[in-house]
Amino acid sequence: MGAPKKVASARVSEDPDDLARNPLQAILLADSFTTKFRPITLERPKVLLPLVNVPMINYTLAWLESAEVEEVFVFCCAHSRQVIEYLQSSEWFTRPNFVSTIESHNSISAGDALRLIYERQVIHGDFVLISGDTVSNMSLTCALQEHRERKKKDSNAIMTMVIKQSKASMITHQSRLGTDELFMAIDPCTKQLLYYEDKVDKLKGTISLDKMLLADNPSICLHSDKQDCYIDICSPEVLSLFTDNFDYQHLRRHFVKGLLVDDIMGYKIFTHEIHSSYAARIDNFRSYDTVSKDIIQRWTYPFVPDVKFCQNNTTMLERQGMYRASEVSLSRSAEIGPFTVIGTGTKIGNNTKISYSVIGEGCTIGSNVLIEGSYVWNNVTIEDACELRRAIVCDGVMMKSRAVLKPGAVLSFKVVIGQQFFVPAYSKVSLYQQPIKQDSDEELEADNSSGTVELSSITGTADKLNGEVTSEVSETPHWSTSEVGTGGLGYIWSISEGGLEEEWRHSVAPIPTDKIAEVTQAIDDDLELSTQDCNGLSPSGDLKFDSNINDSEDDDNEDSRDDSIYFEKEVEATFLRAVHENIEINDVVLEINSLRLSYNMTAADCSGAVFYSMVKLALETPHSSEGELLNNAKTVITTWRELLKFYLPETDEEIEVILKFEEMCLESTKEFSSLFSRILFLLYDKEILQEEAILKWADEKEGADESDKVFVRQSEELIQ
Amino acid sequence: MDFQVVVLAGGNSKKLVPLVSKEVPKALLPVANRPVLSYVLEQLEASNLKDVIVVVEGQESALLVGPWISSAYVDRLHVEVAAVPEDVGTAGALRAIAPHLTAKDILVVSGDLVSDVPIGAVAAAHRRNDAVLTAMLCSSPVSGPSDSGSSSGKDKTKKSGHYNIIGLDPSKQFLLYIAAGADVEKDTRIQKSILRSVGQMEIRSDLMDAHMYAFKRSVLQQVLDRKDMFLSLKQDVLPYLVRSQLKSEILLNGATQAEESGNEKANSQKNHVLLSEILANASLPSFHELALGPYGSGHVRRTHKCCVYIASGSKYCARLNSIQAFMDINRDVIGEANRLSGYSLSAHNNIIHPSAELGSKTTVGPHCMLGEGSQMGDKCSVKRSVIGRHCRIGSNVKVVNSVVMNHVTIGDGCSVQGSVICSNGQLQERAILRDCQVGAGFVVTAGSEYKGESLARKEK
Repeated sequence: MGAPKKVASARVSEDPDDLARNPLQAILLADSFTTKFRPITLERPKVLLPLVNVPMINYTLAWLESAEVEEVFVFCCAHSRQVIEYLQSSEWFTRPNFVSTIESHNSISAGDALRLIYERQVIHGDFVLISGDTVSNMSLTCALQEHRERKKKDSNAIMTMVIKQSKASMITHQSRLGTDELFMAIDPCTKQLLYYEDKVDKLKGTISLDKMLLADNPSICLHSDKQDCYIDICSPEVLSLFTDNFDYQHLRRHFVKGLLVDDIMGYKIFTHEIHSSYAARIDNFRSYDTVSKDIIQRWTYPFVPDVKFCQNNTTMLERQGMYRASEVSLSRSAEIGPFTVIGTGTKIGNNTKISYSVIGEGCTIGSNVLIEGSYVWNNVTIEDACELRRAIVCDGVMMKSRAVLKPGAVLSFKVVIGQQFFVPAYSKVSLYQQPIKQDSDEELEADNSSGTVELSSITGTADKLNGEVTSEVSETPHWSTSEVGTGGLGYIWSISEGGLEEEWRHSVAPIPTDKIAEVTQAIDDDLELSTQDCNGLSPSGDLKFDSNINDSEDDDNEDSRDDSIYFEKEVEATFLRAVHENIEINDVVLEINSLRLSYNMTAADCSGAVFYSMVKLALETPHSSEGELLNNAKTVITTWRELLKFYLPETDEEIEVILKFEEMCLESTKEFSSLFSRILFLLYDKEILQEEAILKWADEKEGADESDKVFVRQSEELIQ
Repeated sequence: MDFQVVVLAGGNSKKLVPLVSKEVPKALLPVANRPVLSYVLEQLEASNLKDVIVVVEGQESALLVGPWISSAYVDRLHVEVAAVPEDVGTAGALRAIAPHLTAKDILVVSGDLVSDVPIGAVAAAHRRNDAVLTAMLCSSPVSGPSDSGSSSGKDKTKKSGHYNIIGLDPSKQFLLYIAAGADVEKDTRIQKSILRSVGQMEIRSDLMDAHMYAFKRSVLQQVLDRKDMFLSLKQDVLPYLVRSQLKSEILLNGATQAEESGNEKANSQKNHVLLSEILANASLPSFHELALGPYGSGHVRRTHKCCVYIASGSKYCARLNSIQAFMDINRDVIGEANRLSGYSLSAHNNIIHPSAELGSKTTVGPHCMLGEGSQMGDKCSVKRSVIGRHCRIGSNVKVVNSVVMNHVTIGDGCSVQGSVICSNGQLQERAILRDCQVGAGFVVTAGSEYKGESLARKEK
């Protein structure tokens, strides 16, 4: 395909049939459609947040360029103006036709975005679908070639997903990127994706694979050790599929699952595993931390601080993974630890210790400050003796002296923390008040008079913010005694009840040991749960045996038992209808016969069920004494004799009726137990039951337990 | 090797009626004119596993199997024959003979297994991995249901249902999941906890559980004692052990082992260490150890290992558990898997006993067997069939794809295709059988024609 710069102008290929000759395009979603980076993303879009002092989107664009993508469509939604302005001023726009932007104000999901792009008709061939927060250095050549070859052979192979080895922690069940564990089933030969489960239901201890899957594939590889890189190579069909299925929102949860589960048109998704190259998406604060460290430790080479891959300032790599930009003024007594990046124009005071951190440009850091594992963005002022551990501090923040940030704290833009104030762990501080509900930002909307409310953030908020907030802020009197210490500015966002669980999982701070212990304990219970869940066998329960041996057989029995119960109910209902509406016996027979067929029952079942309904009717007809009950039974039996008779072609069925009656007398309709012999005689008298059947029944019962013989004895007289 | 072998020889399987009867239990059904049980026993002898208990269902069957074994294997194997009541299941059978089990490891083999997989290798794999359970798996027989080619798609799914669904770790050493019996027909449910610790599990539906298991005796007995509702090894004991492998309730080095002399234990541990040094594979910590994790050291979670031995594809492995299988195995043993039969083929690729007599113009095709003292008339044709001892076959008889047992009389002009004729059966002139089973001593009248029927004398 040659150097991208040369071919870039040849956008429309001469031969549209030849897919390979279409220039490689990419769709970059500059909006993640989530709220994980709030409150920061209320003011600035995620793709523009600095990652080791370079806005994230630059990593993605630089990678796309290196991967020989010729045309990138940047889809902007939230804060679209900021993104567009940034791109227009960046060097990406100096390259003709490389980056073009698509703006939308009302898309709320990736699905909406792709539908919009489809309408624009800008995609002509295979494209790379990626979000603007992805850092990678993989080569697309191999994956792309695989994709094209598959597509040639099988036009249904419309997508190739890039995956990477990464085992989720056994204890927290999340990957080092802070994402939930992911279960995938892949065909080991063709690499076809067969199953995808990322939103794991924690209570379910098992994965259920459809049996058809196994019938079709002799071998399936089930993975819990792979990570989805969210880099997809798609064929144009993907876009039209999104348009056809207008309810698809989420790329994975709806689109991938939809394709796998619903098996739409037989479309297939394949996977491409990368081994030595890097690919990761920044999805939450934890992955922000992880990816930053990976960049500092050069896993993402050539996209590292000391290589100029966009307009980032040159940085020198020193010993122990320390990067120092130009014009840094560092006190002699300051200690800069390993794996630390310090941006241009930053001043650092005496005896300050910084390690495993990233300090942005133009920061002023006082004396005796401790910064550990933190991310300090641009133009931040940190006064003397502050302590920052595992925190994120956004642009323009001011920390007054002796303020302390506990692990996991996030300070959004221009927040001021008062003297000696302790910001508790995992708290988020912003100049904005926390929206009451996830998507009702009305307050904010009114404040800023910005047009659209987005799921992730508010368009245009920050555009105004830069200029206005400071003045607005100073006007607000109550902030002098604010939540963040004397002289502080900002609101501490409360952590919702259920949110706390998420907080420690997704925070920049490492997971505290007590949490780990707690979760480890939970795993054991979990394991027990799953053992039980799997086959109902309690691990220790010697007593529980009866209830759970041979789960499968039980199930089957239950099924058939259920069936016969339903059947009985249906027959009863039919019978009652016949009684109340005076339906002809022949019609009732017809109905019962159809029931019998649909439930797959025998003639004996029918006779049992019909008799059951008759006795039930007799019982439910009001009566005050046994005699009346007997009379009721007599009337019912006489009236419906023909119906019952119809289902008693042979002795076997007659015996079934007696057995059924016996069972009823013991269980459901005990009232009849004393009348057993009399009703039996009645049935005999009405020629419903023959002598032979009664004698056979008595014979059968001969060998039974004493308790079973109650009724035989009762009717001994009759038998003789 | 301190292995005790239990051969579950079954009794009168209902699936095999009319081939089996009171006179011929399943274990003695002929495969290439040898009782099927001999195939297993010979394999055991070849692997030097000589301490054998043959478990037979029903006293009557035991009385038939016992004398045969003692006459055939005297001085070769140390065999005890034990009778257990019928319908106690495989687990029940083991429970019944539990007092006789003394060795450290128990190898349980199904008596209807016809295979040339080295049993010793299974035992060795079991020892090497220090597993509580090792199951032998083989590729599903390709020859399997012979007419599957013509079957429709619906049959295909049905067919696959008969196989096992098995989950293996990437090294194909450990058994992580097994579905047996009715579970195979359902959706597969994999325990996440096991998948998590292994990371990657391969689920295969093309492997067959050959019903050959090695157990650690102490574990087997514990399970049988505690779970007294377990009936089947395959459907209850195996899935249970596999399922609980990361949260074992079994005392591996508990009381039972402590009772054994400390010396022995030390020895075995030393051996284990030695072995693991030799075997590069074993020196890697298995996921069982990793599963405990760095934080798990505080409290000990017991695990145990369930392993597999996967027979190489070139080995023959089949179980005689249906009439179809009976015919397939007979055909295979004189055909493609003739190394099992113990006979050497003649130039015509068939086995004809020297004492057999053939009439003029009678042809016996390749992959056929003609037993001792059998006689055939003129112009007969035999193709891909086994004919037993002392059969008398008239003229103009066609025998194709069939098994004819001993002392069978076939009249002139008969045609037998795809059928089984049991001992002492008699076919009068011009009888035509196609896909039939003729029970022992049954007489097919002259000129009659049957298709796909099971013919037998009424049992009294």
